[in-house]
Amino acid sequence: MSVALHRQLGLTDDEFAQIPILIGRAPTDPELVMFSLMWSEHCSYKHSRRMLRRFPTDGPHVLQGPGENAGAVDVGDGWAIALKVESHNHPSAVEPFEGAATGVGGIVRDILALGARPIALLDSLRFGTLESARSRHLFTRAVAGIGHYGNCIGVPTVGGEVVFDDRYEDSCLVNAMCIGLVRADGMLRAAAFGTGNLLVLIGNRTGRDGIGGASVLASAELSADDEDKRPSVQVSDPFTERKLMDCCLELAADDLLLALQDLGAAGLTSAASEMAAKGGVGLDIDLDRVHLREEGMAPAEILVSESQERMLGLVSPDKLEDVLESCARWELDANVIGTVTGTGNFTARHGGEVVVDIPASALTDDAPWYEVPRTPGPSATPLALDTVPVPADLGAAWLDLLGRPNIASKRWIYQQYDHLVGANTIRRPGGDAAVIRIPGMRRALAITTDCAERHCELDPRGGGRASVFEAARNIACTGAVPYAASDCLNFANPEKASTGWRLAEAIEGMSEALEAISVPVVSGNVSLYNESPARAIYPTPVVGMIGLLEDAGASVGHAFAQPRDAIVLLGGGAARLDASEWLGAALGAPALPDLAGEAALIAVMVVAAGAGLLRSAHDVSGGGVAVTLVESALAGGIGCSVALPLGRRADETLFGESGERIVVTCRPDALPGLRAIAGDVPLAVIGSVGGGTVDVQLGDATVSLDLEAARIAYEATLTEALA
Amino acid sequence: MIAVVRFPGSLDHDSAVRAVEAAGGTATYAWHADRALPAGTRAVVLPGGFSYGDHLRPGAIASRSPIMDAVRQHADAGGLVLGICNGFQVLCEAGLLPGVLRTNATTSFVCRQVELEVLDHDTPFTRDLGAALSIPIKNHDGAWYGDPADARIVLSYGMENPLGSIGSAAGVANAQGNVLGLMPHPEEAVDRLLGSTDGLGLFTALVRA
Repeated sequence: MSVALHRQLGLTDDEFAQIPILIGRAPTDPELVMFSLMWSEHCSYKHSRRMLRRFPTDGPHVLQGPGENAGAVDVGDGWAIALKVESHNHPSAVEPFEGAATGVGGIVRDILALGARPIALLDSLRFGTLESARSRHLFTRAVAGIGHYGNCIGVPTVGGEVVFDDRYEDSCLVNAMCIGLVRADGMLRAAAFGTGNLLVLIGNRTGRDGIGGASVLASAELSADDEDKRPSVQVSDPFTERKLMDCCLELAADDLLLALQDLGAAGLTSAASEMAAKGGVGLDIDLDRVHLREEGMAPAEILVSESQERMLGLVSPDKLEDVLESCARWELDANVIGTVTGTGNFTARHGGEVVVDIPASALTDDAPWYEVPRTPGPSATPLALDTVPVPADLGAAWLDLLGRPNIASKRWIYQQYDHLVGANTIRRPGGDAAVIRIPGMRRALAITTDCAERHCELDPRGGGRASVFEAARNIACTGAVPYAASDCLNFANPEKASTGWRLAEAIEGMSEALEAISVPVVSGNVSLYNESPARAIYPTPVVGMIGLLEDAGASVGHAFAQPRDAIVLLGGGAARLDASEWLGAALGAPALPDLAGEAALIAVMVVAAGAGLLRSAHDVSGGGVAVTLVESALAGGIGCSVALPLGRRADETLFGESGERIVVTCRPDALPGLRAIAGDVPLAVIGSVGGGTVDVQLGDATVSLDLEAARIAYEATLTEALA
Repeated sequence: MIAVVRFPGSLDHDSAVRAVEAAGGTATYAWHADRALPAGTRAVVLPGGFSYGDHLRPGAIASRSPIMDAVRQHADAGGLVLGICNGFQVLCEAGLLPGVLRTNATTSFVCRQVELEVLDHDTPFTRDLGAALSIPIKNHDGAWYGDPADARIVLSYGMENPLGSIGSAAGVANAQGNVLGLMPHPEEAVDRLLGSTDGLGLFTALVRA
């Protein structure tokens, strides 16, 4: 009880001492609360901002890079695609249903803030193992929350991925990605301008939910008393979100908005100060005009409430009547809460008194930044193959692998998500990347999220590269050109040990890979402090990537198509058990992904698909080539027969991983064309499609898997564990 | 002209318009708060979605919207009304179709392709349909519950019955056959690019009306 207020709010003594220097006096209590939130890691990126500058962010097609609510790229015909990934990890660990649901709501509003129509969602999830009752509960409720919100707002959840690992037992990760469509010349920005223009708050009433979410939840480690933090988790109302979407898009289409901003972390404080600082103007806000859910809220509470489903629009006074009329038609509350001033100050009044009057830029641009210690972690030691037991029965081992939660079918998850609404989904969940039609265009988008977290644990730079290339290969498997990326860097406590080094190395590796394939990062998010006293998560830099497909009708799927089609292994990756799913642990030293080799493989895929040569394509990832073949066989309902060089050991050849390998099929008469396109990229014809089994010949021995047995092993796991 | 009714929380209205256009017709929106259908309306679509956020019960609030009086008059005069998913729920809540839609037997949202059997070809909607249709479902409360003796079960899921509806019902018509509600989404199956065109026939029937 004797703890100073600023410490209770999460500010350090040094940070607290900075405030009077910036504003020329001691802060009022509401001001102090505002500083504590805006200077939290979640809002200010104070530990990561400097490192993030390493990412390549430019490209001829980039319309909006990092710094706005979302990034955007030009996709032709006057259209732009907005994209962003964001985390909602800590709220989901405290209250998984609402945490995950409001995570979806938040990322959708980030896209909406650009005036873009949200057209697809993806979710990247990391949870503890399914043996843990707590993790099963958290996971089941998070999936339910994502489904509840996404289904009800009518944005299809077209993809994503999940990994179950004990390292996420105490700190689950819920990252959501949203894609939006907007006219390139109609994109809205968040910057406020024009003295006398009006701030209109649209949507839900402001309550006491989510107060301090950004500082209390998102910027500290989780501990045993987290249930006390439940009031910091926001409550979701997807019906209002849908009306907010419909209304804001209508206002944007009618040219009634000068700027638009969503209210997310730190609520009105963050939204308004960013609008003011970006525009170099001041804002005068009357807190008595904010429509409240409950009576008696203190000024600080109104300023930092994270009540969901609220947007802040900038409106010219002569358009106000039209705006309010439109909001009323959508049965949404809307009030003028402030005006743009020339002072540069964030001013707030309550009951006629000025309670806040500080330079807006003090909250945003003057936030502290820290050089984090970059103590290198131990370097990885290559796996000694003789320490890995040889499986007695390769067929049984294969079935066991197919049923492991990280490999097994994710149908139980995606069947609970509306992945179709909008009637644009060309390739549904279950393949390498989802493919959606861009409404009104011949082109289509491929979308994926990926991360090589175990590789990152052992070698963050290599893992950073691997995460980007995994995403790019998944995009390229559909025939699309990798086009733009967003990221969500989920790491442990940056103030400890090697986290800073891991973060910097992962960013370096990701940047190298992105440069190799000329893909810019246009938006992103950082989530730190994902650790408990018992465990820290693996470094988990999630990559969200979109690819552009010239002809929506020419996308390639992962299902085997026709008997007698040739099966071809493309790329120079070697099968290794280091950090593999078969090993099931972050052990060994995975090979550093080869920049030129990966880039060449991706380029070959795009050209081969564009030439119409490919009947199917499937990336070799978790579980190795054995799992890749079975997944393509199950999807097509037809088996195959292949022969592989034995290599060092049968289990390594079958289940070994590493990037830079893709299994494609083509008509036998297309092989010469494919060879010509492949050029220097290694190409091996390994077999043909057909039959009711997946047969792999290794030297003198053949391992065979019945397709029906494989289907049962692959489909049963999640349903049985979670139903 | 086909009128596609828009309630707060409607989601599939744009897809329904595109489906009408794919069937060679033209469509316009009818607003929930209006008391009359747009001039020249020949047939009505109540699209899928979560009208009013499914508050109270799915379709319950939308069924009492001002526009529904006009839809009822249109139906009473023999006009065609097609309710898809939430639209089916609205029609049941409005008493224009028998029965109710209960929570799926899985107690979860279900999104997947299903194979439908056309049991009754003697309605304006189904006259020219084939025997089987491949169309996706995506709903949380899609298990039709009612007395099969009082209802025309026009479409069925066959032996599979994924949602647990009475009589494996996927689509139900009124006695006259001019009002049809179905849980599957035909507007998601009108384009080869998206995997099936089996839903187009229902929109062709509307356009022909």
